[in-house]
Order: sequence, then structure tokens, then C-alpha cells
Amino acid sequence: MGNHSDGSPKHSGTVATAGQNEVEKFQDPGLPPHRLRLADTDPKAAKRAERQVAILFGVSIVGTLIFLGAYFAIDLGDDSTIATIRNQNLLLGLGTAFAMLGIGTGIVHWAKALMPDHEVSEERHGIRTEEDRQAAVRIVDDIVEETGIKRRPLIRNTLLGAVALAPLPAIAVFGDLGPRPDDKLAHTMWAPQDGKLKRLTRDPDGTPIKASDVTIGSAFHVIPEGLNELHEGKLNEKAKAVVLLMRLNPDSLKISPGREDWSYNGIVAYSKICTHVGCPVALYEQQTHHLLCPCHQSTFDLTQECKVIFGPASRPLPQLPIAVDAEGYLVATSDFKEPVGPSYWERDEHERLINS
Amino acid sequence: MKALSQKRRHPLAAIALLLMGLLLTGGLYAVATTVNQAKAETTTFSASDTEEGKKLFEANCATCHGMGASGTKDGPSLVGVGAAAVDFQVGTGRMPMQMNGPQAQKKPLQFNEDQTHQLSAYVASLGAGPAIPEEHLLDEKGNAAEGGELFRVNCAMCHNAAAAGGALTRGKFAPALADVSGKHIYEAMATGPQNMPVFNDANISPEGKRDIVTFLKKIEANGSPGGADLGSLGPVAEGLFVWVAGLGVIIAFTIWLTSRTS
Amino acid sequence: MSASSTADVPFEAKTKVGRFTDFVDERVGGSGILREFGRKVFPDHWSFMFGEVALYSFVILLMSGTFLTFFFDPSMAETHYDGSYTPLYNVEMSVAYSSSLNISFDVRGGLFMRQVHHWAALLFVASLGVHMLRVFFTGAFRKPREMNWVVGGVLLILAMAAGFTGYSLPDDLLSGNGLRIIDGVIKSIPVIGTYISFFLFGGEFPGTAIIGRLYVLHILLVPALILLMIVIHLFMVVVHKHTQYPGPGRNDGNVVGYPLGPVYAAKAGGFFFIVFGVIALMAAAFTINPIWNYGPYDPSPVSAGTQPDWYIGFVDGALRLMPGVVNDFHFEYVIFGQTLTLNVLLPALVPAGIIFTVLFTYPWIERWITKDNREHHVLDRPRNAPTRTAIGVAGFTWYCVMWAAAGSDLIATHFHVSLNDVTYWLRALFFVGPIIAFIVTKRVALALQRKDREIALHGRETGRIVRLPHGEFIEVHAPLDDYKQYKLVGFESPAPLPAQPNEHGVVTRKEKRRAALSKWFFEDRVAPATPAEVEAAHGHHEAIEGSEQKSLSH
Repeated sequence: MGNHSDGSPKHSGTVATAGQNEVEKFQDPGLPPHRLRLADTDPKAAKRAERQVAILFGVSIVGTLIFLGAYFAIDLGDDSTIATIRNQNLLLGLGTAFAMLGIGTGIVHWAKALMPDHEVSEERHGIRTEEDRQAAVRIVDDIVEETGIKRRPLIRNTLLGAVALAPLPAIAVFGDLGPRPDDKLAHTMWAPQDGKLKRLTRDPDGTPIKASDVTIGSAFHVIPEGLNELHEGKLNEKAKAVVLLMRLNPDSLKISPGREDWSYNGIVAYSKICTHVGCPVALYEQQTHHLLCPCHQSTFDLTQECKVIFGPASRPLPQLPIAVDAEGYLVATSDFKEPVGPSYWERDEHERLINS
Repeated sequence: MKALSQKRRHPLAAIALLLMGLLLTGGLYAVATTVNQAKAETTTFSASDTEEGKKLFEANCATCHGMGASGTKDGPSLVGVGAAAVDFQVGTGRMPMQMNGPQAQKKPLQFNEDQTHQLSAYVASLGAGPAIPEEHLLDEKGNAAEGGELFRVNCAMCHNAAAAGGALTRGKFAPALADVSGKHIYEAMATGPQNMPVFNDANISPEGKRDIVTFLKKIEANGSPGGADLGSLGPVAEGLFVWVAGLGVIIAFTIWLTSRTS
Repeated sequence: MSASSTADVPFEAKTKVGRFTDFVDERVGGSGILREFGRKVFPDHWSFMFGEVALYSFVILLMSGTFLTFFFDPSMAETHYDGSYTPLYNVEMSVAYSSSLNISFDVRGGLFMRQVHHWAALLFVASLGVHMLRVFFTGAFRKPREMNWVVGGVLLILAMAAGFTGYSLPDDLLSGNGLRIIDGVIKSIPVIGTYISFFLFGGEFPGTAIIGRLYVLHILLVPALILLMIVIHLFMVVVHKHTQYPGPGRNDGNVVGYPLGPVYAAKAGGFFFIVFGVIALMAAAFTINPIWNYGPYDPSPVSAGTQPDWYIGFVDGALRLMPGVVNDFHFEYVIFGQTLTLNVLLPALVPAGIIFTVLFTYPWIERWITKDNREHHVLDRPRNAPTRTAIGVAGFTWYCVMWAAAGSDLIATHFHVSLNDVTYWLRALFFVGPIIAFIVTKRVALALQRKDREIALHGRETGRIVRLPHGEFIEVHAPLDDYKQYKLVGFESPAPLPAQPNEHGVVTRKEKRRAALSKWFFEDRVAPATPAEVEAAHGHHEAIEGSEQKSLSH
């Protein structure tokens, strides 16, 4: 490059001003002369290219045979191993690849080496001619005139009204796509049923958990008692009710007023559903007491009632108030005191509803 | 598996390899039983083991963990962590730690199997804790499907559903579990090393842990039916592959296709 | 064709094939079509092939997808798996997931078809993206192709929709968590978000309706729309004829290339098989979406590394980058007693909104700034439009920062750095990355232009070193031939267009703004070498070659 050390492009030559371009342009020298290929001049080279194309088509035939062989010779019985499936997949794939690449590269090689390679120039035509435009305008004018729509505003206006309203049923018919949300998002299965407190049970087998089972450093993945017996809407309930149960040294917990009886001897239970967009926040670091969401990395500090300390979440994880029943099993003393999971427009309304 | 890799460095390794080949041809059953016997011995500790372990501990571990393993500001107390914790930490090379960092890393072993055994014996003698799992829990003959369910609920969020590992906060990570012995996987669950939570027997029963080990070993042995697994890292690896390799090959073809033949 | 006989003697075909062709031709008028298109000229360049890659990937998607529909059952009813993959034996799952597993393990060739379908989907969107980048950087979106650029943008969105609906169908843990994230994003929409969520899922998440609904969208509505858009797109390509790179013999009034029949048709047709072959190779040897690893969808578990397919990655990355709390300001707050979730709403909508708005309107923006209303059929070399190229690279960089953020956890584990630090860095790059990219790209483009200019003025370096009588060593430069020279000088380098008064003689404020933008757009420019300059350099060259060479040396 030149010695334009000051870096300004304006110094790199004369600055062309508008209009100057036109007079001082280079003339287009036209298409460069055509170069002949080896196969154009040497019959042997042409013959060689012909053979190569034929070989490539032959490769394709072999590929097809490999595919058929792998399909019919390898049987996926009940006792087929993963290795069998892997081998069959590999052979089917390689067969297809050879079959396709053989045809493809063969045709392209044929086109490149043997078909004429003269570059041709074709004129472009205007996309629209003025004559066409005028003819079109006349036609449209005539059509509009013949309908008389300009002279009959009553017809025009009622038609516009009818057309504007006609799509409404098409929108209305989607009204049954789903039920109204009401306050479904505000409640979970943890609410005591008929005065009986729900036990915390293990996910996935549903066996109850004793407080003594939960040693310091433990993390239990918890579902409410009775969830596995549900048939209708089991996953819907599970999607709201899953809880992570952990025990840490009671001294390290900072408990805010009103939550004194929500934990038991350092055992705490928090909703596993991230307050960001709802992934299960299940990564518990037992030494730092951080909970991490693997989807978007929101980090919650367990010792500060799951306050957000990093990431896109904005609200702490809801805490489930727990206690121990007469037999020593952990129970939820009530439902969550706020809606779980990601925020939604009516969330604050629902929180007030729960606490009223 | 660990026992084998230890002995591989021995001068007699070649002969051992030959012997192993013979044993293999002799029948898998025979191999299985000999390995079982070798491992079954590790769960019992003699008084001399404890004595030797104490010496090793005082020479190598006490700087951080304190005399009597009561802990210092540099290392936690090991009273009550159990033999399983020592066997895991020392047996995977994580202890003794090379330097302080976000977490102790796996590295070449600092102690041989006997020494690890002796250290375990000593720490186990200090207070009750999780023991080294018994052989029948590591036979990889549990229910893989139930193990898979337990793994997905309790482990996959950190270790990845295909056990390929994952990130934790501030430089910590959950390691990939391929090439980790069943015994060490079991011990990690029982003791909760570093930031991993503890999964005591009340949380995941010994049979459940056996199922998990069975599941992990099964998917590891199976490999991926679809071909190379691209690290089992999910859509990010797949996307990178299609952009680099897929489009790369396609571009190579387009350049060939549009170039002039000589 | 052979129908050159006189009008009064009806044409009689001689062969069987001829009679058949004639039968069809008399009824559909194929001769006219063939006459119009049979020798239509297409320019040849490797970068023109990405649209074809996308088209062919789509055809492969239709074929493999049809196969998959024969075995896939989109029901979310509960079942217990009894197929041959033992690590999931008897596990409770949906029929959709179970049938996906059966396709993978119990249908011969099913796994291959699944992998072909998914790799082709990734390649489809990737080639669309590269095609659009090519069109942008070469200025192919300019008049008369603005509308086709918009159709292309719609195709990109439809391709992403097709991909996402397909990603969710197997009802595995990965896609289920993906749907859950979508649900969370939808719920953050003010006023109607909760209703949309309930209507989409047929009630609470996950419900039992979503897979069936996505299935219909995936196999019917979205592909039909894609097909329609492809038809419109190709129709407009025919109307406009293809663009061509600048060069000798090529101008806005012609199109230079190979005729459709036989060369171009053979190459394009052969290329379909090549694309298919490459996809088949990937499907043969590389696992994609191993649904058996993830397990059935269950709202409780999640896997580390839960990410969407690459084309949704930038939205996921934006979600990751957005801090929920800054100091003590919470981005979620209550307004008039209702919850506004800006920490989700902003990253989910704003970056994608900006990218697509700029993408769709860019042809008009540039047209307004440059007041260039001419038709352009000759492309710009990216270096010859430095500001546009810099804008494109800045936008792409911005996209890539968000894209990288979607893999922040994998960056952390693979490069042994802290996950949090990766996020902090990417947050910074989100703002400064595009600016740096803009400045660097513009400088690089201008430098390349200057290099072109120097070569045009002084010829190419020959590598031959000559010692002059007074002892100085110089490298001899050889003059370019006319064709190569024209390639380096045959471009426009417009100067900024100052504000112009309107018909009332007033310079409006809008016009002033346009003039300012025009200045920004064209201010830094390198004019192409003119014949006079070359002449001067040449004469100069011959007279005192040594000193001229010295000024050229670095």
C-alpha cells in the first residue's frame, strides 16, 4: 500500500467530485477473450473426462446398492444393540451420500469439462414500459368506472363495513383454544386439602421425607404428596409444585420477619421454577449456598432467602413454608405465599389475592 | 477399572496385558470374578492400615486439614466424612490439592491404591461416615431405566443429561462422568464432594445409586447410535458443526462448481 | 423446437416421444416457456449458490419430513415405553416421545431420516442467513430488488418458525424446557400474555394440546407459507434476472453468464445431489438431537446445556445477557397494580425487533440517504461500499455477541473461565462490539480500496527485483491488462450529496438530516483511478521509476 501514513482516505488521490466521474471513467473493454479448455482441444482429455463422469455415476450406483444392502441385510430385531443401529445408520448414510454425490459431482463435472463454456451476454429489458403502464391505468380506470363504485357510495361503504367485520368470526372461533386463566397460576397442589397438610415427597417415587433424612449439605428434589396419583393434569400440577429441599447450618440463614416458622432446623424448601422464564433452578452449590439456573444463569443466594445475585431473574424464588408432622415427616404448612414461576401481567394481583 | 490403569504403568505391564488377553479369551466370567474379589477386599480395614494411614496423613494432609484432621482455615475438618470421601478425593487425584482455586481438579494420582486405602482407613477411624461402597452395589446390574430417571431428576441439571458436564457459578463446574469409575460416582453421591450436594442413603437409596451407576455405565458403553456425538453438548455443538463443517464443505463444492476447468 | 413447419401443414411428430411431447405441448404451450427460459443466462459465482443450498435443503426437508410423519404420533397421552432402547424401558412418557424413539430405534432407516431432517433444517436456516449476508454486502437488495429482499426476510422468519415448531415435537426434556422458556416469554407480554399462553397451550403449561398444535403448524401451515414465499421469490428472480459482479463486459444493461440449458441447468441440478450428499454424510456420521439422552419431558428435571437450535440462539443469548437487577433497580416492577416484566420482555423483543426492522427497511433507508433511484444489476464489491459493509459487519457482530451468549456456559467450561466473567464480557461487547466492528471494517474496506487503486495506477508486483545504476533495489511492477484493470477501476464512488432545497426553495429539516447522513455515508471514500491518473502515473513511472517506486514502498 502507499505511504498514506496519515490514514485519511482523502489524501489517497484526487477527490472526484460529482460530474467528474462521467468524463474520466475508463472504457469497458468488453468480455475477455474465451480460453479453450484442455478437453476442447485434446480429444484424449475429453475422453478422460468422459470416463471420469462415468466413474462418478458408477460410484452412485454402488452407493445405492450399499443403501439397499444395509437396509435389508441388517435387521433391527428386539435384541438389536446400539452398535447395530449405529452401523446401519452409518451404512445407510454413506450409501445415500455416495449415491447422491456420485450423481451430483458426475453431472457437474460433465457440465464443466464437456459442455460448452462460452459465457454469453443477454440484454436486460426494462421491468416496466411506459406503454404498459398507460394501458394498465386505462384498464383500471375502465374497470372502476364500470363497477360504478365511485358513483354509488352506499354500495362502497356497506361493502367496506361488511368486509371489515367478516373476519371477526374467524378470530372468534379461536376462543375455545384454551380456558380463561382466572387465578389458576396463583395456586399449587401444596395447599392443605381438607385441613390435612401435604407431605413433602421424593421426586420421582413419591415417598415421604423425614426431617432426619435431610442431612446438612443435602438437596432433595421434592413433589407434593399425591401428585403421582393424579391422572388428569399431573404434569400441569408438577410444573408448578416442584420444590428443592436443602439443609444448611441454621446460623447461616438470614430469616426475614414473618418467615420465622417457614423452615425447620436449617431445612428450607424453595420453588424450583425460575422466576425468570420458568426453567427448573436445580443446581445447588452446597458450599456457596447458591442456586443456579442452567438455562439463563440466574443465581439465587439461599442464605438470603433466594435473593437474585446474578443473571436475568428479578425476583427471589418463592419459599414453601414447611414444618414437621407428628410422625417426623416434613409437611408444607400452606401453599406458596405468592405465585410461582415466571412473572405475568396479573401476578401482583394474584399475590394480593393469596395474602388477603 | 482404576486398578487396571494403575497397573498399566508397571514394568510387568506387557506380561499382564498378555495374561489379560488370555483371561479374556478364557471367558468374561473369570475376569469378572477376579476383579470382584480384588475390590471386595478394599472395604475392610486392619489396624495396621489405620496406623499407616495416620502417618501418611500427618506427612501429606495435616498442613491443611490439621493434626487429627480437625481442620484449619485452609482445609475443612475430616472427622466424620467417612472412608468414601477419602477414597473419592484421593482416588481421583483431587487431593492433595495442587493450589487453591474455584474447585479441586482431577489430576494424576498422588497416592497408590494401598496408600489411598490406608488414608481411608485412618479417616474412617476418626468418626462414622459414608463407607466405601460394597461390591454388589457397583456390579452395574441395576435397573438402568430407573437409574436414568433418578439421574435426570437429581444430577442432569449440573452434569448434563448425557453426563457430559456443565458450568457452575464463578469458574466452578460439574465434570463429565465418562471414564469415572462406578465406585467414584457412587462415593461422590454419598459424600457430596466440594459444591456437589450430598445424596445420602435416605435421599437416594443404595439401590438407587446402583441404578444410576448402571445407567451411566450403560450409556457410556452404548455410545451414540447416530454416530459421533459431538461431545453430547446439545444444540450449540450441532450449530457450530453445521456452520463450520457443513457449510464449509458446501462452500468448497460451490467453488469447485463455479470454477473454470483447465 | 422442431415446430418450424409452415402453418397450413399441421406438425406431425415422428417418434413416440415426439408425439407425446407434442400432445402435451399443444395443451400447455410448453414451447413458449422453453423458448423463453431454455437459454436464459445465469451468472456464475460461488457466492450465488447459497440461495440454491437453502432451496435444496427445503426440498430435502419436505422429503425426509414426509417419511417422518408416517411414523410420528403427536399425541401427548401418557404411555410406558416398550421399545428396544433399554435405558428408557418402561419409563412413563408421552406417545409423541415414544413414537420419536421408535423412529430412532425400531424403524429401519428412521434414525437416518431424523438426522437428515434435522441437519437439513440447520443447514436450511444457515444457508438462508449466508445468502442474505451475501445479498446485503454486495448491495443486491437495491432497486429493483427491494421487495424480493423483504420476501427473503419473511422466508428467514418462516424458516425459524418451522425450525422451532419442529424442535419441540419430540416432547423430550430439551424441547420441553424450550417450550417452557417460550411460555415464560409469552407470559411477560403485558395485558394479554397470560391469555396467549393459556390459548396456545390449551390451559396451563404444559397441558396436552401443544404438541398436536405445533405439529399442524410444522407440517402444514408453515411449510405452505414457505413454499408460497419461495414461489414469489423465484418469480421475482426471473423478472429481475440475476445480478452480476462487476467486471469487463458486465454492466447494468446486460447479464453475462452461462445459458440455462445445458450448462447452468446441469450445474444447478447436479448441485441438488451434492447438497443432499453432504447432508447424508452428516446424518451418517454425526449424531444430531439425541432425544434418547434427554429423556421424556417432565417439568422437574433439566439438563445442563439446555439451549435452542442455533437460529433461536441469539434470542436466548439476549435473555441471558439482560441483568434482572441493576444495583437496586429491579427490571420487574408493579405498575397500576399489574406486573411488568421488563427483564424478560426487553431482551426477548427488542434485539430481534431491531434486527428485523433494520433488515426489512434497510433498502429504503439507503435509498433515502443516497437519493439513488437507479436500477442496479451490477453488484458492489463490499470494499467499494465501505459504510454499508461496516453497517453489515456491525449488525452481524451484534448478532454474534448474542449468539455467543447463548453458549456462555459452554464457553466457560471449555475455556476454563468463569461463567459470570463470560457474561460480564459479553454484556460489554453487546454495546461496544458493533462500534468496534464498524470502525475496523470501514478502515479495512478503505485500505483494500487504496490497494486496488495503487495496483491500478502502478501495476501488479512481479516479484522481480532490479538493481538501478545508482545502487537502489526496486521491485518491477508490471502493468495490468485492460480486463483486470477495469475490474479495479470500474466502480462508482459517489460523493456526499449536500442538502437540496425542495420545490418551494426551502431546505427542510428532514433534508438536512438526510444530507448529514449522506455525508456520513460517503465522506470517507477512495475514488477509482481515472485514465488520466493512470496515464500520469505511467509517464511518471517511466521517467523516474525509482523515486516513484520509493513512494510506493512501505
